[in-house]
Amino acid sequence: MEAFRQLDGRAIPFGAKNVDTDVIIPSHWLKTITRDGLGKGAFETLRKDPANLFDSAEFKGSPILIAGDNFGCGSSREHAAWALLDLGIKAVIAPSFSDIFSGNAFKNGILTVVLPQEAIDRLMEVARTDKVHIDLENQVVTTPFQDRFPFEIDPFRKHCLLEGLDEVGLTMARDTAITSYENKARAELPWLSKGVELA
Amino acid sequence: MSSQPRTLYEKIWDAHLVERREDGTCLIYIDRHLVHEVTSPQAFEALRVSGRKVRRPDLTLAVPDHNLPTTARRDTAGQRIPIADLESAQQLAALERNAPEFGIRLIGDADAEQGIVHVVGPEQGFSLPGATIVCGDSHTACHGGLGALAFGIGTSEVEHVLATQTLLLGQSKTMEVRVEGQLGPGVTAKDLVLHITGVLGAAGGTGYVIEYTGSAVRDLSIEGRLTVSNMAIEHGARAGLIAPDEKTVAYVKGRPYAPKGADWDKAVEWWLSLATDPGASYDKVVTIQAAEIAPTVTWGTSPEDVVPITGVVPDPASFVDPSKQEAAQKSLDYMGLTPGQRMQDVEVQNVFIGSCTNSRIEDLRAAAAVLKGHTKAPNVKWAIVVPGSGLVKRQAESEGLDKVFIEAGLEWREPGCSACLGMNPDKVPAGERCASTSNRNFVGRQGPGARTHLVSPAMAAAAAVTGRLSDVRELLD
Repeated sequence: MEAFRQLDGRAIPFGAKNVDTDVIIPSHWLKTITRDGLGKGAFETLRKDPANLFDSAEFKGSPILIAGDNFGCGSSREHAAWALLDLGIKAVIAPSFSDIFSGNAFKNGILTVVLPQEAIDRLMEVARTDKVHIDLENQVVTTPFQDRFPFEIDPFRKHCLLEGLDEVGLTMARDTAITSYENKARAELPWLSKGVELA
Repeated sequence: MSSQPRTLYEKIWDAHLVERREDGTCLIYIDRHLVHEVTSPQAFEALRVSGRKVRRPDLTLAVPDHNLPTTARRDTAGQRIPIADLESAQQLAALERNAPEFGIRLIGDADAEQGIVHVVGPEQGFSLPGATIVCGDSHTACHGGLGALAFGIGTSEVEHVLATQTLLLGQSKTMEVRVEGQLGPGVTAKDLVLHITGVLGAAGGTGYVIEYTGSAVRDLSIEGRLTVSNMAIEHGARAGLIAPDEKTVAYVKGRPYAPKGADWDKAVEWWLSLATDPGASYDKVVTIQAAEIAPTVTWGTSPEDVVPITGVVPDPASFVDPSKQEAAQKSLDYMGLTPGQRMQDVEVQNVFIGSCTNSRIEDLRAAAAVLKGHTKAPNVKWAIVVPGSGLVKRQAESEGLDKVFIEAGLEWREPGCSACLGMNPDKVPAGERCASTSNRNFVGRQGPGARTHLVSPAMAAAAAVTGRLSDVRELLD
């Protein structure tokens, strides 16, 4: 996974609230069996409007998206994160995110930044004309106009993003702990260890 | 183990803790993993690329559901009928290839046990009280109706569970949604959960695991509890939970993968010890009076947009939040509704009875009870009943419910996700309305331009009879 340290670039002043995963990537795009190429389907319905922000000369290919409350609500489809990545988006800034979406984003190296609505309003204004800067190490979003918006992030997620670590590999290294849990569970809750036998 | 009073959620969490990191993140063991064809191909692909194996194939069950057409799957000679949509066929083929390659039991598209993962899991006794259950599908919270900690995960997490049988999670906050009193006649688990979604809002449960309590919840059947917990995600919650009780025990007993012999007694004892301790506290408590809930319908494009069937389409200006005013106006434009219009005057052209929310035998019985002796209204062009599994289908047929549906002019289909989402041939045409027992009324969810009104099975049946959204209480004696 690519490491995420700093990001400097134009931010799409999208701002919409309750953007669900059906809006981010409609369900007919879920039929792929690989992770690539979903950018074409990202925000497909909105992009039917020729005046949409995503395809405008100004914002096409911008690495940052600014959104409203509850971004990524709805289904668990990770395709939403893959679609954003394929569109070139590496960070989303919003007042809140759905739990599943922020997990999926993180696992694909997309940073989700939670900031209060006032900060979002200001960034939306700046983004129309100027770049936005995200510094993950120091947990702050800044603008060329001396705006400074610190944000919180889970320390584990921060560490993984900064180092570009693969979560599956990290957990596989904890094999001893997992095996010891399985042994304990087999003794205490034996029926849970008995699953499905292959016919 | 601490002697502090604990909630149901905390007890299940503690029992599955592999280790806690310094930063508070926990490695949690996963007891049951359901896999379907849409969110798993990229996970298996990643395992293959990195040379990783499935740690516990025996705790994993694969069932195709999202893409399958709900028409016949085999011809009279027993040969597979090809699926017209090549991409759907490709996803299904990938599951049929991946499951045996990684040693996972696959319930095939034409097996009697096939169905929607969230119907199959409980039905097979694969989903158990007190277990941690995951699936790459947001309606996994459904299994919380049995008192299991169940939640939807993304494809990277599917890969993580396949490889390690664990997930790295932060502990959620807890919310109690207490529903006191009794639901009135004609008011069902679906109406209850739509009402709760209206009260909390689509994001009201974000960051929480919700435990549904109170007499109205206890009084629900297990199938009703599965319906309520199924839609926990529609009010933003990570998972929903209902404490296991004697009804839960009776439901699980004797199912194919349920514990047997000495394991059974031990399991029952543990399940009945999981209820939240007296004196345990939740981070938030919301109380709802069951008597205030009417049969409920949605008017907009978010599941929080609910109104009693006796009500009217709201005026966007009536919302306090300016962004909600704008969203409501957009919803009304999409839905083709005007403020003040009576919900009971809204005509529907389509009726869908099915989905992981409402496709179990009790749902079909409730719909059949309303439809018996009636035929669908002439303006209802398309009305389908899609059982949640092959076993539900068989049970319904043994009770003659299929005949009731067919005589009323509805189609009786093969099990699958069907018109809940636009991934298979069952879609609602653009600009038309559907009274739907599914869980999401998002823009385009049932097909591009489709207008969805979420309702209970009995209310969907009533809409089929009258050709408009109707108060089922007027059709019942």
